[in-house]
Amino acid sequence: MNKIAIIAGAVVLLAGGFYLGKSGQQPATVIKVDSEPKAAFTSSGAEEVAGAPAATVRSLVTPTSGELIVVKEGESIQDAVAAASPGAVIKVMPGVYKETVYIDKDNITLSGVIEQGKYPVLEGEGLRNDAVLYSGNGVTVENLYITHYKGNGVMGQAGNNFIIRNNFIVDTGVYGIFPQLGKNGIVSHNIVSGIEDAGIYIGMSDNIDVVFNQVFDSVAGIEIENSRHALVESNFVYNNTGGILAFITPGLPIKTCGDVLIRNNFIVDNNHENFAIPGSLVSNIPAGTGVLVMACDDVVVEGNIINGNNSVGITFTDFSLAGNAANDPDSEPNPNRPRILNNIMQNNGNDPAPKVRAFLAAMLATTGPDIVDTVGMDDGCILNPERFRTIGLGKYTECDFATTANVASYTLPEPVPARSMEDVDKGRLAYYGICAGCHAYSSRMIGPPTQVIQALYMDNPEGIAEYAAHPVKKRPDYPDMPPQSHLDDETRLAAAKFMLNVTQ
Amino acid sequence: MRRKLARTLFALLPVVPWLAFAAPAEIRLSGDCPPGFEFSAGQCKLRSLYQMYDSLENSGVGGLKTGLPAYRDGFSPQQIDLGRYLFFDPVLSGDGTVSCASCHNPDLGFSDGLGRSVGVSGQPMRRSAPSLWNVAFQQRFFWDARASSLEQQMQGPLYDENEMATSPEQLLRTLNGIPLYRELFRQAWPQDFRAADAVIRLDQVYTAIAAFQASLISLNSRYDQYAHGYADALTGPEKEGMNVFRSFVARCAECHTPPLFTNQQIAVIGTPDPEGMAFDPGASETLGEPTLRGGFKVPSLRNVALTAPYMHSGRFATLREAVAFYTGGRGHAVPPGEDLKIHWHIWEPKLSDEELDRLVDFLKTLTDESFKPVQPRWLPSGRQPVHNIIARTGETHQDGASNDE
Repeated sequence: MNKIAIIAGAVVLLAGGFYLGKSGQQPATVIKVDSEPKAAFTSSGAEEVAGAPAATVRSLVTPTSGELIVVKEGESIQDAVAAASPGAVIKVMPGVYKETVYIDKDNITLSGVIEQGKYPVLEGEGLRNDAVLYSGNGVTVENLYITHYKGNGVMGQAGNNFIIRNNFIVDTGVYGIFPQLGKNGIVSHNIVSGIEDAGIYIGMSDNIDVVFNQVFDSVAGIEIENSRHALVESNFVYNNTGGILAFITPGLPIKTCGDVLIRNNFIVDNNHENFAIPGSLVSNIPAGTGVLVMACDDVVVEGNIINGNNSVGITFTDFSLAGNAANDPDSEPNPNRPRILNNIMQNNGNDPAPKVRAFLAAMLATTGPDIVDTVGMDDGCILNPERFRTIGLGKYTECDFATTANVASYTLPEPVPARSMEDVDKGRLAYYGICAGCHAYSSRMIGPPTQVIQALYMDNPEGIAEYAAHPVKKRPDYPDMPPQSHLDDETRLAAAKFMLNVTQ
Repeated sequence: MRRKLARTLFALLPVVPWLAFAAPAEIRLSGDCPPGFEFSAGQCKLRSLYQMYDSLENSGVGGLKTGLPAYRDGFSPQQIDLGRYLFFDPVLSGDGTVSCASCHNPDLGFSDGLGRSVGVSGQPMRRSAPSLWNVAFQQRFFWDARASSLEQQMQGPLYDENEMATSPEQLLRTLNGIPLYRELFRQAWPQDFRAADAVIRLDQVYTAIAAFQASLISLNSRYDQYAHGYADALTGPEKEGMNVFRSFVARCAECHTPPLFTNQQIAVIGTPDPEGMAFDPGASETLGEPTLRGGFKVPSLRNVALTAPYMHSGRFATLREAVAFYTGGRGHAVPPGEDLKIHWHIWEPKLSDEELDRLVDFLKTLTDESFKPVQPRWLPSGRQPVHNIIARTGETHQDGASNDE
C-alpha cells in the first residue's frame, strides 16, 4: 500500500470519530469474587429460541419422501434435480461433475456419497459460475467437494430451513458458502479455503448457526452481514486476512444487523495478505484482523481463543472503514451495544498492517491492541478489561451477564412453516391474479364473461380446470385461449371452483 | 417538425371546435376493478399468486417464491377509471399538447422509446421516462429517488416548464371548466360533491391518477410461471440465462432482486451519459449525500424488453448493449476527473458473448402485458388522445441528444 493511502486511511479513521479519551490508560486490576450470580443473557433471538428442549436443538432435517435418485459419474446431477419431486434424496457417487446445479424445488437433499475418502467433485474449471444454486425451502447440500468455480460454491436465494454441511470448498471464486435472504439454517462441518471474499458468508438472513467449520487461506473467514440472530460457534478460522466479521453493508434492502454471538471459536493467525477483488468491502480489511464488527449491533464476542492476529484481535468500528463504498443514509453506522466476554487473547498486534500502523502512530503506539473500538461507544460492556490491551473502551461498563450459554442455538425449535394455506385462498388469488386478465364477471373482455362460463359449467369445476389446461377453439368471435397448464392441477381446480362462485 | 404541426393543430382547436372529438353526453365510470384486483368493501384489492409467499423481514426481496414488497391498492373502481381518463388527456398540460401517456405510452411499455424524454418544450430533457408497470410496489420515484409517493411524483412533470408545463391553478381551472370532468369527479367522490357548488380539488386529481398508475400490474410473465413451479415455462437457453442472472459472477439479482427485479436502492454503477452531455450527479443532489454522486434508483426489470433504450439517459440502444456494460470493467465508462464510489457488485465478471446472449434471452421472459389497460377512444375534454399521433421526435441516436426532428 502506498504512503498516501496509509495516511488517508489514518485520516479516515480519525475523521470517523475515533475516541481518544483515556485510550492510553489501562484499568487497574481489581481482584474480587462475585457474591451474586450475574443476570442471564437476553436478546430478542434468545426469547425466540428459549424453552426449546435440549433434544431439539439444531435438529433441523430436510423432510424426505423415500424417493431416491442415484447419480453416477458421467451422468448429470441437474437431470436428477429436474426429475426429483419434493422430498427426494439425490445421492451423488464419487467422480467428477462439471456443471452448475440449481434447485428450485422444496425439500431436496443433495448428498454426496463418500467412498474411502473419495468425494464427488463439482469441478468449475474456472469457467462455470456457481456450483450449487438453490431457491427452494428445506434444501440440504452435503458431502460435496467443490472447486474452481468463478462465483460461489453453494449459494442460496431465499430458501428457508437449509442445511449446508460436510462440504469441502476449495479455491472457488467469491464466496464459498453464501445463503442469502433465508430464515433458519445451519452451516456446519464445512472445510473452506482459498476464497477471495468470505469463505462462509451469511447475507441478509435470520436465525442461522455457523458451527464447527474450518475456514482458512481466504480474505474473510466467516462473515455475518445484515443478518439477525446468528450464532458463530466452535469454528477454526486461521490464516485469512480477517477471521470472523459481523457487518452492515450499506445500500442493501435489509438494513439491520444484530444479535450475533461469536463464541468459542479459534481465531488464529489471520495474517494473510488481502487479495480481495478491488472495490469489495472486504478489500478494506487490514491483514492481521481477528474479529471485526462494523456497524452491527448487539454483537457478543465470548470465549474465543484469539491468538496471533498481527493487527488487532477484536475491532468494533463504523463505516469509516469502508471508505470505498457509498454511504446509505438509511443505515445506522455505529456498532451499538458491543459486549466482550472472557476471550483468551494473546500475541495479537505484533506486526500491524500499514493502515493500522498509521492509525497507531497517531497515538505513538507501534503494537496493535487486543481490542479496539474506533468509535468509542458508550453503551458497550466488557468483563475483566484489565486483562487486555485496549483502545477506545474508556466508556465501556462491566457486563451484567457472564455468558450466553442459555442460547444453545439460534436456529428455531420448529422449521419455518410454509405460509399457512388456510389463510391463503389459492383459487381466489389465481382467479383475480390470472383469469381476470381475460374474464370479467358480466362484460366481455378478451374472453367470455364469467357469468356465461358459470351457466355452461354449473357444478363442473373439473370441466373448467380441464378445459383451461387444454383449451380448444369454441367461439369464432373470440381469440384462442392460451393454455393455463402452467398452473398445477390443484391451483387450476381451485380457481375453477372460485370462478363458479363469483357474484360480481 | 411534425410536433410543430401538431401543436399548431391543437392551438386551432378552440376556434375550430368541429375538429374536436365529441364525447358522449353521459359517461359512467366503471364500477369494476381492473384485472388483478378483487372488489371488496368498495375498494379494489390486489390479488396475486405471490401473496402465497412470505419474504424475509417482509422486505419483498428474495428468490423465486418470495412475497411482494409493500404496495398501494384500495382505490375505488371509479377512481381508477377516472385516473385512466386523466392519464391520457392532453388537457392536463399547459398547452394541451402532451398527456402523461406521451412519455408513458402503454404501447411502449409505459415509457416512450426515447433515450431522453421530450415534453412541451420539444427538447430532450436530462433523463429517460421510467416504465410505470408495477409502480404500485415502488417506495421512491424518479431516477434520483426524490419523491416518496406517486402523488408527489406526478407534480414534478405536471408543473415542470419543459414537461407538461401547467400550474395547479391552470389545472383546476381547466378541469372545473369541463362539465363532464366535474360529473366524473362527482362519481368518483360522491360524498365530496353533495353541494351544488363543489369543485374539483388537486388532491382528487392526484389520487385518481395514482389509482390508475397503481393498477398497472405485470406479474404474469413466463418467468412468473416458472417461479410458481412450472419448470417448462422457460426454454433451456432462458434457464441458462436465469442462472447467469442470479449467479454471483454476473450478480444481476443482487440488485435486480425478485420478485420485482429491483431492491429499490440507490446504486452508483457508472453508466455513461450521452456524449456531450454534462455528467449527471443523480441522487447525490437530491439526497444530499456526496458519496452517492452518480447514483440512481435500481429500476425494475419487468417488461424491460419493451422499454429500450436503457439507463437513466438512454445511452444503450439495446438490452444486449445494456448487459454488456456490466462486463466492461469497474468504472470503465466514468468520465475523467470523476471519483465515484462505484458499487461493489460492479466488477469484472468476464461474461462470455454466449452468457450475454442468454441474459438477454432471460430478460425477455419478464414481459407480461396481460393486464394492459384499455386506452380511451375519447376523452372527457373532447380532445383526442395525443400519445400515439403526436409528432414523435424519432429514436434518439447513440448520443441520446440528437433525433430525427
